[in-house]
Amino acid sequence: MAVSKRVVLHFPRRLVEQPVIYHLVKDYNLEFNILRASITAEPEEEGLLVLQLKGEQEEYDKGVKFLLKSGVKIQSLSQDVTRNEAHCTHCGACVTICPPGAFVLDSKTRKVRFEDEKCVACGLCIKACPPRAMEVHF
Amino acid sequence: MKTIAEINEKIRQGKAVVVNAEEAIDLVKEKGVKHAAQHVDVVTTGTFGPMCSSGIYFNIGHSKPRIKLGGGRVYLNDVLAYPGLAAADVFFGANALPDDDPRNRVHPGDFNYGGGHVIEELVAGKDIRFTASAYGTDCYPRKRLETWLNIKDLNEAVLFNIRNAYQNYNVAVNLSDKTIYTYMGVLKPRLGNANYCSAGQLSPLLNDPHYRTIGIGTRIFLGGSVGYVAWQGTQHNPNVLRTEAGVPKRSAGTLAVIGDLKQMNPRWLVGTSMYGYGVTLTVGVGVPIPILNEEILRSTAVTDEEIYAGVVDYSDAYPNLKPDIVGEVSYAELKSGRVKLQGKNIPTSSLSSYSRAVEIAETLKDWIKRGEFLLTEAVAPLPGVESGVAFKPLPERPLEI
Repeated sequence: MAVSKRVVLHFPRRLVEQPVIYHLVKDYNLEFNILRASITAEPEEEGLLVLQLKGEQEEYDKGVKFLLKSGVKIQSLSQDVTRNEAHCTHCGACVTICPPGAFVLDSKTRKVRFEDEKCVACGLCIKACPPRAMEVHF
Repeated sequence: MKTIAEINEKIRQGKAVVVNAEEAIDLVKEKGVKHAAQHVDVVTTGTFGPMCSSGIYFNIGHSKPRIKLGGGRVYLNDVLAYPGLAAADVFFGANALPDDDPRNRVHPGDFNYGGGHVIEELVAGKDIRFTASAYGTDCYPRKRLETWLNIKDLNEAVLFNIRNAYQNYNVAVNLSDKTIYTYMGVLKPRLGNANYCSAGQLSPLLNDPHYRTIGIGTRIFLGGSVGYVAWQGTQHNPNVLRTEAGVPKRSAGTLAVIGDLKQMNPRWLVGTSMYGYGVTLTVGVGVPIPILNEEILRSTAVTDEEIYAGVVDYSDAYPNLKPDIVGEVSYAELKSGRVKLQGKNIPTSSLSSYSRAVEIAETLKDWIKRGEFLLTEAVAPLPGVESGVAFKPLPERPLEI
């Protein structure tokens, strides 16, 4: 069965120069799309990749095991940007800010739905939200 | 046809027929204006959006020994207040910032905390750090005061917003090549988005376009409690382009509103950060409209299709005080999510929460139906189109050395 997941990968310093993603393709047949990449100056972690990974469930699981064994930390993307429901006033300012369109204004209720599966954790909504209801955790 | 006194009598008896401005639209479709006007007693309106000219004034009571705040310096949670009044009275605005906030030195600034947030925290019952310095007099010898203050400790705590509930507003776009950060939100380059800020068909002054019932002394919903219209708001500008039905097509009237902060609720007074612009307060306002005759009812049945706004470029025209508009669009188009401007199909974003505006109109409806809220007769009208009141630009006269 094919799966498609968005993940956030944290690479320790020693792995930054290693072709880790190459192995995901070659050994586990996974299709990848880079949503975001950065090499930080943090002393604890050096590399950040936000990827969309697609492939057969079995191969995906094996690929994840390989990453974990190599020392890469993995998080599912949808956990990273969250909305504080108590602070959101459903104004709608976020709707046109979000590149993948993860904020949808319901035409009946006029409330904003946050469809977090679409979120690529770009972070643009964090500061654009007037009541500062959006929070990012990396 | 009807008087406010008659309507209030029905309210006291729990017999008043109250609908919100959205329901008024359907009622007119069903019954026609004549019968709807006979049937309905009150139409409620509401709006919940960022309203920058908002603030509070309060009295802290006297310390031992006494301190004279007037002419001194006062901070609430390190955000600058305005103590230019008597010894224990202070003004405090929604856009005030801490002295050390970097503002836009590294642009766009975050503006994470300021007046609006302090006001929200005060209303929510949180303790606020009150720090003050004064110059000392014989009768007010104290020069420093640092104390926690809670809204319960204050004598008066009054919300006094000198400009709220704008009757219509601009639609903001950005014609330049760079993203800009404004009080109308983040505007993407080359007509990347179009932002609007109005409740449209539910908005108070858009339902009473010529200020027939809303005036000084009108009792309203303000910040979760009862408030009053105190005066016209600043920049009140009745003489703008209007439709045949009298609905302004540009930003027109405004209200100065006042109420007891101690009775209000932080759900309706929300500290707000506009990235790259500043801090402000999002305020909930709701105004009841007594249906005294058919004309008044007809005005409350205005729909988003019939309300238009001017589209203004905030990259050049707005900052440089140029009167040009990019186009005119209706609120129906804006609320559909896309508008057509300069041949492009542009996504829209609101800054005003329509769902919260509905909640305000419903809450006000509920208060009236339960007999807890009586309508008032305005003691003086708001300046209308014939009044000559207009919002002028500044006539700058440079100082000569």
